[in-house]
Amino acid sequence: MRRLGVFICHCGVNIAGTVDVKKVAEEIGKIEDVCHSIDYIYMCSEPGQQLIREAIQEKQLEGVVVACCSPSMHENTFRKAVKTAGMNPYLCEIANIREQCSWVHQKEKEEATRKAMEIIQATLEKVRRNEELEPLAMSINRNVLVIGGGIAGMTASLDLAQGGYEVFLVEKGPALGGHMAQLSKTFPDLSPAFPNLLAKALEIVSHPKIELFCCSELEEVKGYVGNFEIIIHKKATYVDWTRCNGCARCIEVCPVEYPSSFDRELGMRKAVDFLYPNCVPKRVKVTPTQCRYFQDRSCRKCEEVCPEKAIQFDQKDERIHRKVGAIVIATGFDLFPKERLGEYGYGEIPDVIDGLAFERMLSPDGPTRGKILRPSDGRVPKEMVFIQCVASRDPDRYMPYCSRICCMYTAKQAKMYKEQVPDGQPYVFYMDIRSDGKGYEEFLQKTIEENGVLYLRGRVSRVFQEDGKVKVWGVDTLTGKGIEIGADLVVLATAIIPSEGVKELAAKLRATVDKHGFLTEAHIKLYPVESSTKGIYLAGCGQSPKDITDTVSQASATAGKIQALLSTDKLFQDPLIAYVDETVCSGCGICVEICPYEAREMDYRRGISIVHVALCQGCGACIASCPNFACELRNSSSVQTLRMVDTFI
Amino acid sequence: MNYLYFPGCTLYTKAKNFDQTARNCSLLLGFELIELPNWTCCGATFPLATDNLMALLPPARILARAKEQGEILTTLCAICFNVIKRTNHLLQRDGEKREKINEFMEMNYLGDLKVLHYLEILKQEIGFSTIKDKVKKPLNELQAAPYYGCMLLRPFEEMGFDDKERPTLFEEFLESLGAKPVDFPYKIECCGSFQSVGSPEVATECAYRILTSAMKQGAEVVVSTCPLCTFNLDQKQSDILKAHLDFKTIPVLYFTQLLGVAMGLDPRTLGFEQNAVDPIPLLKRKGLV
Repeated sequence: MRRLGVFICHCGVNIAGTVDVKKVAEEIGKIEDVCHSIDYIYMCSEPGQQLIREAIQEKQLEGVVVACCSPSMHENTFRKAVKTAGMNPYLCEIANIREQCSWVHQKEKEEATRKAMEIIQATLEKVRRNEELEPLAMSINRNVLVIGGGIAGMTASLDLAQGGYEVFLVEKGPALGGHMAQLSKTFPDLSPAFPNLLAKALEIVSHPKIELFCCSELEEVKGYVGNFEIIIHKKATYVDWTRCNGCARCIEVCPVEYPSSFDRELGMRKAVDFLYPNCVPKRVKVTPTQCRYFQDRSCRKCEEVCPEKAIQFDQKDERIHRKVGAIVIATGFDLFPKERLGEYGYGEIPDVIDGLAFERMLSPDGPTRGKILRPSDGRVPKEMVFIQCVASRDPDRYMPYCSRICCMYTAKQAKMYKEQVPDGQPYVFYMDIRSDGKGYEEFLQKTIEENGVLYLRGRVSRVFQEDGKVKVWGVDTLTGKGIEIGADLVVLATAIIPSEGVKELAAKLRATVDKHGFLTEAHIKLYPVESSTKGIYLAGCGQSPKDITDTVSQASATAGKIQALLSTDKLFQDPLIAYVDETVCSGCGICVEICPYEAREMDYRRGISIVHVALCQGCGACIASCPNFACELRNSSSVQTLRMVDTFI
Repeated sequence: MNYLYFPGCTLYTKAKNFDQTARNCSLLLGFELIELPNWTCCGATFPLATDNLMALLPPARILARAKEQGEILTTLCAICFNVIKRTNHLLQRDGEKREKINEFMEMNYLGDLKVLHYLEILKQEIGFSTIKDKVKKPLNELQAAPYYGCMLLRPFEEMGFDDKERPTLFEEFLESLGAKPVDFPYKIECCGSFQSVGSPEVATECAYRILTSAMKQGAEVVVSTCPLCTFNLDQKQSDILKAHLDFKTIPVLYFTQLLGVAMGLDPRTLGFEQNAVDPIPLLKRKGLV
């Protein structure tokens, strides 16, 4: 018979205000194997922990139950406390009498007291059969995979590389920069976006610790935290990048022109081209869906003119194998697609564009060289309408969430328009203004007061073409009047959505996404950069809409977390995982099918199913599914669980 | 295949030309509209109060009777269609109200009838390509403005007629007749509806804006799906002339009248004499009559 101790916490009045802790301590103390039963105002405090340590030593306790708050709060605290007193930490268990008792039964004090005793008795049943366990130690690979070459992925990669870790940076497109490369200036300081980005991009390509894979995607991943094996699918660019020097002669001779998606269809690009001028790495790529060679072999002009003989029409895709210890998902965002918006003439009226298209217009290297011109006829717009919250904050039809950056970029764009066209009039339709960042509110107020941007609080009901103008019908809810504006150009602040393919990528990595497709963090407050799967980390708009400041902060936080993870010699994992009774297992394989973590595998030689200790998360799915009761969970065995249930019924 | 048909009060009195042209065109397209026996008024408005079950009884009765006769019920009047379709939607989904109404009416209708507007019959059951083949007198690129109004489209979740912001069904119909549909921003805006009784000047203003917008986009004729819309847009033009000196009149037709022209029906059977603005000069100019 084990000698057990029970420690009942008041948690101030949180527990003691409802549960009669004195009575509980007294009653529990009467149980035969409970040698010590006391209550104290805050068990988690230093004197509280000291009480536990002293009792263990004085009464030679062999098991401890702390009746207090949720184990996710202080299980670790108390396990560490008993360890310093020489007890195996897995002999200490928490009986949650706060969240699961006192807080939910505040009006039923007697019943709450009875329930608290039952919870403690059930937990005692568990401790009576707990084994002494040791954390599992595993070796660790110190390289990191970063998926996404936007500002989030670039920041995380640089931080990690500067910390001495080898980084594999995988970017879907042919160059670095992501959406930030499309921007003109950034708020609230109006500093040009591209030069800031360029400095980081150049640092990445020259950094000895960073290996950059452009036109690449993650194809396959196996393993677990500290030991992932990955396959990178590097797609053919049809140009030998070791030879290409970015001289652009091929672009001059290429006869195929088509709308550039980088320029949001406002400008044209060639079938062999840079992603954008001055892109990093400054290398060209052939687009086979447009190139005449790939259609009918009728043109090889780029190949003829290339002084370095870099064009390779027969280049093949590559599969590259690497091993890493941690993975960052920094996949970024897209804007809400034209096809799904029935309103505002978006996609039909050429002079209705989205915020990113307007950014291209404002960019000095954009399709209009920074001049604001109507796409339809190239005239300078004299009246402009900005519509905020397009498809955001619209739970009935589109996205319920706020896209967070639109209020500020709209203010910035209206300001830049007014500076370029002083006699023009910008109008902004808004629902609320959200300017919560450092210097944002001041920036916005300046835009309204000093730049003469007219803010109208209300929604737009219809946008249509008439008399060469884009007519906008809206309402000003502050005056209660309907408004009609004959605008020359309309800019829609469309909702931010997760970029295409994130769901599939997340599934490969066993990370989870929410109902909108944003990657979910392990805990919104306490673990905002970790995914729900160990070793997979998040950065940037793939997790939620955010501006550059927040993206960079999060990316650095992610890099910091990973450095902490990889700086240890061994990874330690909780041993509370599944194990197999080899004499009972019949090798039916049901557990292999059911395991969500790929932690179960058949050992055909022995005819049984085994557990990969590093992958098992202790969820218990295999235990529930085993028809022979051959699997058990360490310290949550069937016997323990049934005994605990018996206490309650 | 023949279709059960609910004409509604207006098509029996003020809008006979709407009713008759539809019946005649159907025969030419190879089906018959079988009038629902013993039909009553639909109630004319879908109740705004959620507990006003009494107002749902007339459409519920119509639906239950129709279900005894067939699987599809069609209507022409946009308001009847709105009331009957929404009642059907409610009876399909709200078990508690369905039970109450069935108990009171001593019937057992489950909401499993299909309610289709005549335009939907033409699209889904007949097919616009078939109509195009059967057209005798293509409309010679007549610039026709399709006016949907609101009753066909809203509330979208219940009506499910077409995209509520950018509908195209009416345009497809006009194209199949050889007309050139004119897109105009007011095509789904309200015509003023019942305001023409209490505050006629409001309805007149609505009609003025709708018609001038259509004309500005080049429309030669406005085509409507609803007797009340047609009344507001057509009969009100004399009032608009008094209020707006710059206004020019424009013919307003039921879509079935235009269908009749294209199918080569005798113009004398199309009820043009009931139109306030005479469409004959336009149709003559286009060589259609």
